[in-house]
Amino acid sequence: MTMMRSKTFFGMGQPRLEYTPVPARIDRPESIRPAGRVTLLHPRPPEANAIPSVKVGETVKSGQKLSLYGKGDYVTSSVSGAVSALEPFPGSFVRNFTAISITPAPEEVPDDGLRAVHQDPSLASALDFLDAAPGMPGLQRLNDADRPLKTLVVCGVDQDLLVFTQQYVLGARGHDIQNGIRALQKISGIGEVVILTRREAVQGYGGHSVGRVMGVDHRYPSAKPQLVMANLFGREVPAGRTCEDLGYCFMSAEAVASIGAAFSTGRVPVNKLITVIPKDGVPHLVETPVGTPVGDILNRFGAAVGAGDRIVAGGPMQGTALFSLDYPVQPDTDALLVLDAAAAANISDYPCINCGECIRVCPARIQINLLVRYLEAGKYADAEESYDLNSCVECGLCSYVCVSKIPILQYIVLAKHELARMRSTEPLNA
Amino acid sequence: MPEKRKLVVSFAPFWHNGNRVTDRSLQILLAATPAALFGVYRFGFSALAVLALSVSSAVLWELAFTRVAKRPVSVGDGTAAVIGLMFGMMLPASLPWWAVITGTFIAIVVARQIYGGIGSNPFNPAAVAVAILMLAWKQRMDFDAALVNYAFDFSAAFPLSAVKAFGTGAIKELSYVDLFIGRQVGGIGSVCGVALLAGGIYLILRGVIRWEIPVSFLAGVAITAAVFHAADPLKFASPAFHLLTGLTLFGAFFLSTEDASSPVNFVPMLIFGAVAGAIAVFIRNIGVFAEGLVFAILVGNLIQPLLDKIRPNALGKVK
Repeated sequence: MTMMRSKTFFGMGQPRLEYTPVPARIDRPESIRPAGRVTLLHPRPPEANAIPSVKVGETVKSGQKLSLYGKGDYVTSSVSGAVSALEPFPGSFVRNFTAISITPAPEEVPDDGLRAVHQDPSLASALDFLDAAPGMPGLQRLNDADRPLKTLVVCGVDQDLLVFTQQYVLGARGHDIQNGIRALQKISGIGEVVILTRREAVQGYGGHSVGRVMGVDHRYPSAKPQLVMANLFGREVPAGRTCEDLGYCFMSAEAVASIGAAFSTGRVPVNKLITVIPKDGVPHLVETPVGTPVGDILNRFGAAVGAGDRIVAGGPMQGTALFSLDYPVQPDTDALLVLDAAAAANISDYPCINCGECIRVCPARIQINLLVRYLEAGKYADAEESYDLNSCVECGLCSYVCVSKIPILQYIVLAKHELARMRSTEPLNA
Repeated sequence: MPEKRKLVVSFAPFWHNGNRVTDRSLQILLAATPAALFGVYRFGFSALAVLALSVSSAVLWELAFTRVAKRPVSVGDGTAAVIGLMFGMMLPASLPWWAVITGTFIAIVVARQIYGGIGSNPFNPAAVAVAILMLAWKQRMDFDAALVNYAFDFSAAFPLSAVKAFGTGAIKELSYVDLFIGRQVGGIGSVCGVALLAGGIYLILRGVIRWEIPVSFLAGVAITAAVFHAADPLKFASPAFHLLTGLTLFGAFFLSTEDASSPVNFVPMLIFGAVAGAIAVFIRNIGVFAEGLVFAILVGNLIQPLLDKIRPNALGKVK
C-alpha cells in the first residue's frame, strides 16, 4: 500500500486531508518492553568540566529523576536498572543531548520521591518530578510570573495525520485527565479549562464537569494551536508571539493524564502511548517505556525495514525522520511511521513556477510564492519583515502540494531557526 | 537488536500529492489538442507544418540554451513544448518557416530563459513572440493578407478586420454559431471556440489553471464591448462577437492563465483578467490593431507585480 495521498482527478478543490479517529478494532494498547537497554535523552550535552551526578554502573529506580548537571533540567528513568553508558547525542537543529543508557533489571523498583508529597499537589513538586513525564507537559510555562495563564487547553486531538494517540488517551483515561485538570488548576491558579476533541465526539465526551468541551474540525490542520486560537477562541496569535503570551496553555491529553495519575498514585508515569504505522499501513497502539529503541517496537510487528526506508517519529506531515533504529521513544513521540523508500516524497531543485497551489492551501494566508523566493536566497530578515514568515503554523501543506517539490517547510523552519540563532548571538557580536 | 541498515533522513512532510510540472504541461497540451487539430482540418497541411515546426523549434531552442548556459536540461518538463504550441496556435497557417523559428527563439530564449527560465518570465513568452512578429512582419501576421490564397465556404475576411474597417454592417451576415464552431478566419488554433472552451473547462476542472482569470477576462471583454456597442452599435460589434472572434477564448484559457506571469490571489486574479480583457477590446475598437489581444495580455503581465501587493492579511499579522 502506498502511503501517499494523491490529488483527485478533478483537482480544482483543495486536498482533503483529515485526521484519523481511533480505529474501532483498537480497544487497548499492546504493551512492548525494551529488548535490551533503554536510552534517555537528557536535554543538555556533556560538559567538559562538569562531573555528571549519575555515574555508569549506578542503579536507578523507575520514575527516578536524573539530573546530570544539577541545573533544573532532568529526565525521568523509565525502568529500574543500572546505568550502562553516558554519551553525547546530537539532535536536529543543533540541539545536543546526553544519552543515558540503562539496562533494565528483572525487578521493577519504583522511585518514592513523589510519594512523600503527592497528597498535596504543588507547582514545586510538579516541576521537580513531572516535567519529563509522558506527553511532555511543559510545566515551566506555569512558572512564569510575567506571563500569567488564564486558560488550560487539553488537547484530546492529535496534531498530525494518521495519529490517534491523544484521542485514545482522552477517551480511555478520563479519570486521570480529570485528576490532572484539578491538580493543574490547583498548582497554577488557572480558572478556565477547555477540552478539545473531535467535533462529532463533543456530545459523547463525559468531561463536561471539569471543563468546556469544544469540537475541532476533521480537516487538517485545524488542530494546530494557532488555528484553534483563531477559529474556536476568536483570538489570533500575533505573528511571532505564542499562545502563552495570550494566556492560553495548550497541553496534550496524555500530559494532563500523566499529571493526574502521578498526583493520585504518588508514582511518576513512565510509559508512553504511541500510534505505530508499519509499512502495511495497518495502525497499532503501543504502550512502552520512554527510551525504548524504535527498532524494538517495529520488530514486534515484523516491520521489515530496508535500506532507503524512512522511519518517522510523528506523523507524515510534521514528523521527524530518524537516522537509526536505536533512536529512543521520547516523552512526546506520539507516533512511529515506517515509509517505504518508494512511498516517501522526494524534493527537487526546481524553481517555483508560481502555480498558486500553496496559496490556496495555506491556513495562515501566507504569500508562499513570494516568501519562498526570499527563503531560497537566504534573506530571512526580509522574509520575516515583509512576507509573514512568523505567521506560519508549520503544517507542511505547502510542501505537500508543491508541483516543483520545493522543501518549503524545511526552508521556513530553517529560517526561523537561523533568525533565532542570530538574535541570540547578536549581543555578543555587538 | 536489528542489524544496521541505512535509513533515509529527510524533512517533513513525507507525503506529497503527486503533482508534477510535467503533468501540468501534458494537461495543457492535451487540452489544446482539439483546437489545434481543428486548425489543421481547417487550414490543411501547412497548418500542421507550422504547429510541428513551432513545437519542435521551441523545444530545440530550450535545449540549446540550457546547454550553452550550462543550466539543467529542462525540456523534459514539457513547458517549452507548451509555449511552442501556444505560439503556433496563434499564427496564420501560411507563416514561413523562418518567421516561426524566429518567433520561438523570441519566446523561449528572449522572453523566458534570459529572465531565468521556468517560473521567472515576467511576460507570457508566446504572447511576447506574437507581439514582436506583429510589429516586425505586419503583412505576414495579417490574416487577410496571409490567407489570401485559401478558398473557404464561409466569409474569408478576418472578422475583426472587417468590423474595424467597415463597421458592424460588414459582419451582419456572420452567425454566432458559425463563429463558435470555427467557421471563421484566424490563427491556426484559435478559430474553434467550442474546442477552446472545452479545453479551458477541462483545465479548470483538473486544477491546472485558475478559473478566476479566464472568467474575469471574458467578463472584461464582454462588459467593455457592451459599453462600446451601446454607445455606437453601427461602429462597434456586440459582446458576443468579441467573445467568439480573434484570440478571445484562446487568450482567456491559454494565454492569460500562464503561471509565472499571472497573479495567484483572488482579488488580483479578478483585476488582472478584467483589465486584460477590457484592454483587448479597447485595442480592437479604438486602437491600431484589428486584433491586439496579445498586447492586452502583456499589459496585464506588466501590472502583475503591483497586483500581487493586494493580499489577504496573514494569520496574526501585526499591522
